[in-house]
Amino acid sequence: MKAAMRRLAFVLATVLTVAIGLSPLAAVAVDDPSEMLPDARQEARAQAIGSQLRCLVCQNESIEDSSAGLARDLRHVVREHVAKGESDRQIMDWMVGRYGNFIRLSPPLTAGTVLLWVMPVLALLVGGLVAFLSFRRARGSGPAPLSDDERTRLTDLT
Amino acid sequence: MSDKTAQPGLTRRRLLMAAPLVVAGGAGVAFWQMLSGMRQGSFDPHDIKAPALNRPVPDFTLPDQSPGQGFGAADLRTLKVPVLVNFFASWCIPCVAEMPQLNALKDRLPIWGIAYKDKPTDAQGFVHRAGNPYARIASDLSGMTAIDWGVSGVPESFLIGPGGVIRWHSAAALDEATMHDILLPLAASLRT
Repeated sequence: MKAAMRRLAFVLATVLTVAIGLSPLAAVAVDDPSEMLPDARQEARAQAIGSQLRCLVCQNESIEDSSAGLARDLRHVVREHVAKGESDRQIMDWMVGRYGNFIRLSPPLTAGTVLLWVMPVLALLVGGLVAFLSFRRARGSGPAPLSDDERTRLTDLT
Repeated sequence: MSDKTAQPGLTRRRLLMAAPLVVAGGAGVAFWQMLSGMRQGSFDPHDIKAPALNRPVPDFTLPDQSPGQGFGAADLRTLKVPVLVNFFASWCIPCVAEMPQLNALKDRLPIWGIAYKDKPTDAQGFVHRAGNPYARIASDLSGMTAIDWGVSGVPESFLIGPGGVIRWHSAAALDEATMHDILLPLAASLRT
């Protein structure tokens, strides 16, 4: 019985792992194979750029994941520019020029986003400092020394 | 009674324990405000602040959309008076809701329409039913001109000042308050 349960858990874990591992592949929403570029390397580049661009209709999906009309148009634009041989930077600038930094799923480091970017480091530093201080205090004020009564009880016990 | 003297760290520990609750509470209040703002219309996540503001209109030429005459960047750049450019589509519900405002506006501010990814016959029927608020109408069948303008969805309106510079932008449907409090005063200031 127990062995069967364990086997079932193992199978479930494997299925989940494989499903999670494959999900990025399943998430690509290119509706129609004719959208894709014939050159596999160019298509991979277009997908990498597209996954960095926000769909302005759904807002929390990339244009590669969304099936909104505007996302389809923007995918098409990205592929046109990739086929023309433009760099990632040029394509990104083209998009930001029209839609602002909002279209970038990862915000660039600017004066307005500094706090966002340094927050993990800041949290680690502050947490480490708090932990360090409390450990030091705990070590400094250990338990009070045994009283005479306690000491005699201890010797009686041992 | 003797609790405080016996455990001097208690209040501080309580404060530390309360900190996550306070943070979560604050986030909750902020989130609630965002949601209620969406309901009242003071916050619209789709009203994207496009960088088009205070830039000249992008290059484009679009064909006629019956019953209006098409136009391009050159027409907007040679204008001497402000004009409202309005992207619309017959398949867009907020565009239908916006039409009474546009009709009320058309005598005080010329409106030029751009039909966004719409079949010419559908767009024509829509404009006819709405009472045609547009002085000129162009057709952007592919939607590529709209992308150059930074349009993220219809309806979207741009106030074009003299010389073809974009002076104001709204990615939401125009309502009466916006029209009277923002758009018309701004258009009047551009006219002088």
